[in-house]
This record gives sequence, C-alpha cells and structure tokens, in this order.
Amino acid sequence: MARAFFIGRDGAARAQLREEKAMRMNGSRMVCEALVAEGVKDIFGLPGGAIMPLYDVLPEFDLRHILVRHEQGAAHMADGYGRATNNVGVCMATSGPGAINLVVGLATAQMDSAPVVAITANVATSVIGSDAFQEADITGITIPVTKHNFLVRHVRDLPRVMKEAFHIARTGRPGAVLVDVPKDVLVGEGDFHYPDHVELPGYNPTSRGNMVQIRKAARLLEQASRPVIIAGHGVLIAQAWDELRALAERQHVPVVNTLLGISGFPGDHPLFLGMLGMHGTAAACYAVDQADLVIGIGIRFDDRAMGKFSAFAPKAKIVHIDIDPAEIGKNVRTDVPIVGDVKRVLNALLPELGEPVDRSAWFNVIREWQRLYPLPAVPAAPGQLTTPQVIEAIREATRGDTTIVTDVGQHQMFVAQRFPFTRPNTHLSSGGLGTMGYSLPAAIGAQVARPNETVWCVSGDGGFQMVMQELAVVANERIPLKIALVNNHNLGMVRQWQELFYQKNYVAVDLSGTPNFMKIAEAYGIASWRVSRPEDALPAVRAAMAHPGPALIEFMVKADECVYPMVVPGTSLAEVIVNDAHAGGREAADDEGAPMPAEPVTLRG
Amino acid sequence: MENDPSTFNRVLSLFRCRGFAIQSLAVGHTDIRNVMRLTIVVDGSKTAVEQVVKQLYKIIEVRKVSDVTEDQTVERELAMIKVTSKPSTRGEIIQLVDIYRARVVDVAPNSLIVEVTGTPDKIDSLVQVLRAFGIKEMVRTGVVAMVRGPQVAQESDKVRELTA
Repeated sequence: MARAFFIGRDGAARAQLREEKAMRMNGSRMVCEALVAEGVKDIFGLPGGAIMPLYDVLPEFDLRHILVRHEQGAAHMADGYGRATNNVGVCMATSGPGAINLVVGLATAQMDSAPVVAITANVATSVIGSDAFQEADITGITIPVTKHNFLVRHVRDLPRVMKEAFHIARTGRPGAVLVDVPKDVLVGEGDFHYPDHVELPGYNPTSRGNMVQIRKAARLLEQASRPVIIAGHGVLIAQAWDELRALAERQHVPVVNTLLGISGFPGDHPLFLGMLGMHGTAAACYAVDQADLVIGIGIRFDDRAMGKFSAFAPKAKIVHIDIDPAEIGKNVRTDVPIVGDVKRVLNALLPELGEPVDRSAWFNVIREWQRLYPLPAVPAAPGQLTTPQVIEAIREATRGDTTIVTDVGQHQMFVAQRFPFTRPNTHLSSGGLGTMGYSLPAAIGAQVARPNETVWCVSGDGGFQMVMQELAVVANERIPLKIALVNNHNLGMVRQWQELFYQKNYVAVDLSGTPNFMKIAEAYGIASWRVSRPEDALPAVRAAMAHPGPALIEFMVKADECVYPMVVPGTSLAEVIVNDAHAGGREAADDEGAPMPAEPVTLRG
Repeated sequence: MENDPSTFNRVLSLFRCRGFAIQSLAVGHTDIRNVMRLTIVVDGSKTAVEQVVKQLYKIIEVRKVSDVTEDQTVERELAMIKVTSKPSTRGEIIQLVDIYRARVVDVAPNSLIVEVTGTPDKIDSLVQVLRAFGIKEMVRTGVVAMVRGPQVAQESDKVRELTA
C-alpha cells in the first residue's frame, strides 16, 4: 500500500494525517507509517525470522534502512544518531538473540539519556511463554535498562504505542524505549489512525522551573565570591549553550564540564577550566573543591566527576538545575533544587541576576592553579608517538571544529581533557556505562545524521575489535567516516590501574597479536594509513581528511601511557594527582592532598 | 498505578535494582477502574524514602505516590494462623483469640485457624502469644493504610515543591 501523505515532523504533516480516514493495513505497515509520521529517515537494523513481515513492507516507505553486522552495532548507531540530531535514533532487530544483542546498546543510551527507540519482533502471542524458537522475554530483560518498554499484544494498540514510545524517548529526560511486537501482530490487520496526542497520566515532565527557587539561586550567585558552574549533558540536550555562556559571561563565573557536558561550553573560552573529575584538569577539580557556590546545570553528580561524595565541595552551597527530580539530592546535598528544562530555567534565571560581587581574587587563584598545574605531557622517548600528539594533529587539521566520537579508555580521557571543542554537541562518548565498542557504530550513526560534516571516530584497539565488523557498513554505505585507531596493543586503562593499584601486576591486558589493522581496512576496501612517528601524524590526518570517503589511520602509540591528572576512587577532588611526578611523590610521602596554593588574603563578600 | 502485570514487575524490579529495603508490600484494586494501589513499608533507616518516591514517579504507569510516614493513618493487616490445638488447649486459645478480637475460622481435631485483622503490632503480639501452642502455618497480607480525615492521600510535599 503506498503512502498517502508527506513525511514531516511537524503540525502540517500531522494535520494531513488526521484528515486521512483511518486506513486498513497490517501491523508491519503501521509501524512504518508511524516511523514516517515521527519524521524518521534512517533506521539501523538486522532482519530475522520474526521480523520478516516488517522488512517485507519496508521498501514501500521513504525510510533508509542500514544493514548492520551485529545488533549491538545497530543500537549504538541509533544512539549516535539520536545524540547528533537531538532527535530519536531508531534501531530494529528480530526476536530472541537479535533483541538481546541490542541490550548493551540500549543500556548505554539509557545511562547517558540518549533518545533511542528500538523495535523488536517477538514470536506470536499464542506461543509467548512456551520457550519457542528464538523467543526471549525482551521486555522483562530490558526493564532495568530502558526508560520504558512495550509489548504490543493487539494490532489496534500499535499506533498509540508507537506514538507513546517516541514521546517518551524524546521528552523530559530522554532515554531508550523498546517496542516489542509479536509476529502475529505484525501480520494482523487493523485500522491505522495515528493519534494527535499522547495520553499518559503518569508521565508529565516538568519543564518550567520554580520561580521561588530560581530567585534564591540568583541571590546566591550574585553574592558568591567563589562560584563555579558544572555544566553537563543537560545543557546539550536542552540546546542551552547560548544561555550557559550568557550566564557565565555576565556573572563572571568559571565553567567546568562533566564528560558528557563537553562541547556545551567553548573549549577555548577564557572562563573554561576543563573537565572535572577522575581525569579532569587540576584547576577544575580545585575550583569545585574550593568553591563557595556550585551550580550544577544538567548534571547528575556522578561519582566519576565528583569524587568522594562525603568530601564534595565542602565549603559550597549547591544549586542543582535538572529536568529529572530523582537526581536532585540523590548523591549530594542540595541547597537550592530547581527542577526543569535547562534552557527554560536559565532563561528565567538570567533576568533575575543583578551585578555580581567582584571575583578577581577568585580568578587570581584559579589562574595560579592553571599556571602551576597544566595538563601534563605524556613522557616519551624521541620518536615515540603519544595519544595527546594524535589528538593535537586532529585539532590542528580541524581547528577544533569537528565531531569526535570516542570509545572507552585512556584515549577517551585524553580526548576529553585535551581537545578544545568549539561547536556544541560535537563530542559523543559512552560516559555512564563506559561501553567499549561504542565509538565505531556511534560514529557511523553520527555521520549518517551529519552527512556533510567531518566525523572522527577515535577508538582504542581494544574497543575497536569488539565492533570492527561494522566496517562493512562504512564500506557498503560509503560512510565518509575518519577513523583514528589509537593502537597501543593494550587494554590501556586497565593496564594503568594495574600499574597504579595492583603493583604493576599486568594480567590479561596485552593485546599483542592483534590483527594487522591495515589488512583489516584493506579487506573492507577502506583507505588506510599507519603512523608510528610524531611528525607523520598531522600529514596523515590531512591526507585522510582530503580523501573522499572513509579513511582509517592506525596510530602506533607507546604502550605505557598513563592518564593524568587522576582522582583516585574513594578520594575527593582536592586530592587529585596532578602528574606523574606527583604520583611518584605520593607513594613515598603521607597523604596530605594536593599542594594547592594558599588561600588568597582578601575575599570580598 | 495502572493495572498491568508489567507495571508491578517494573516496581519490583526498581526495588531490586536500587536495593531499597522493603519490609512489606500489598497491592489491590481501587474504586477507579484500571488503577491499582500498592502500599509499601520502607525501612527508613536503610533507605531514603524520598528517593523511593522519586524513583517510583519515573515509572510511566505510576500515577501518584504518597509518603504517609508523617501523617495520621489507619493501618491494617490481615493474618491467618494455623495453631496446633488439642482439646485441652482449645479453650485457652479461644479465650486469647477473643481478647484480641480475632476469630477462629476453621477447626480440626488437632488444629484451628485464627483470623486476625489489626495493626502490624497487634498481629505480632498475637503471633507471639500463639507461638507457645505451636504454629503450623501462617500467612500475612502486608499492611494497607489510609490517611485519617476527609482528604485523599496527597502527593508528598517534597515532590510537589520540586515540581511546582
């Protein structure tokens, strides 16, 4: 049956839909009609027995389906796509093993509040619960890792469920939603009428902040001598980077980012202190520790970013702006909780703010920290390539204006620390779940979402091997992705922890005997370069970017890098280890915490 | 919350995942069609009640959560206790049952079933007393509660204040 209306995400298309009389069709077509009505253009999936009816009708619709090689890839691609478009990414899989293969990707998206809708087929309703072939209780399995899920038992429920699924995925705090459709529902017939609105009495996310609280926050900010803003993923989700910048600039407040907040504030801005937390900059860690006011915007006070909770920002009042009320007060005390959409709250806050007190003393202290404890270089012998050098090459070639999707591990931390992102929403990474293998598929998703921009996948050799079959997607779909494979022949981050905390007892971290990645790239018909010397990094990056089409550069970096600074788990931000030498000193000396400059003599207010 | 087996599953899964210390749980229908009421007793010394409330609200089918810890409530639980009873002890047991305003609902040659409704404390107390005779089997429903006075259970203040 052909489509009878235009694709569109907004009112006009929906109005046209409403005018159409309800059309009779089967469940598979209903799913596709719903996807089109929701403005979906691209889907990542892999067919199988139960989902075949859906694939059978797919070509009738203006939907691009990208065939993956493992459903985990499909889920991560949908995640990268969702984050890059700030709209829902869609993935599809068949029943049983297909659906279960999506799970790590759904959990990744859910932990990072990325909007994803997953559509899975299931065995027929008549055999559900009988251990049928390729049957899995996917709704049961994904309860803890999705924002919500649905098992559609009647075809008449499909339109409503699809509408609700997309609504839930993209509103409030975004997340992963799974819709499980049994095979008989996919072939069953019904009347399709796409609803104009959702009816979810139990779901009503707050978007406007409470003005009483906002005014309290305004007063605190005006009076604070040592304020700091911690900006997180909420700023990017709400697209509130302009408001954040206005707030910081008008009130002279330094800004730090969580891992997921990176690119929400310009990386080269004078007020930017860098990322905070386990591998954040020393200045960011100290600033938060010594602050008298911490304003958390779109963050969830996660342990990696905040250090030991009981010792977090001991001298500060805490203002917490977030759309999810359950995050407020969950991990740290909150003096002024503000529940709402970050953009709306900041827009309500800005006009309430008067002249701030003088903060030059605070900035003097901060500049001292930045001068004394810059990001340390990774020590290397002449001719040895280090990860920071790779990152510098990419920065040089792109001028900081590119999308980078990292995997998980040392390289991820190096990129987060050292790449100055100047455009909002150009840094994608698996923060909450820390899923190795995220980068390649998510970068594919991001590139599909941003076809005319340069997208870099930066991955370690460990994570890359978990998903490298998706290079087939890169090759077949001609996705012009640039891949920086940071190859240190090791599970680098684990190696670092074994070096620092397990007395250098290196167990199961040596990936030597890893494949010849040049041959892998060649096998997939992807242009490739190998770089071992620092001076070859930038030319290779330039060559890859000039190459029209996908490109892979294998960077052979030294095996024993350590990422510094580091906040050891169980310690506070004040105890950040600023560099290699500091780490060595710590082993011998007693635990006194980091040598911070003495407090400035006069602080007004 | 909505009347759907998956909703109950979600609530229990939430308790399990987050490690909430749940002491008692009772669920049943309400006067509103498709709406079930779940009554939970949380060990407040181990779990922040506020977090339980907020996490429950994140479940889409949960419509309203009321924290009645500080309110004046009527609390009731029902228990059935199968007690060993010989002809010589039956009289004594029945006397105790009367004192507790409980009822004997089944009699057999060597046992009887006591049905009691009341606050959990009252039930604990009767169980303690009956233990001396020998308890063969026992079942309790878990506590249900309702706020005294004319109002219907309100959304907890904290949550209302945050999402105003």
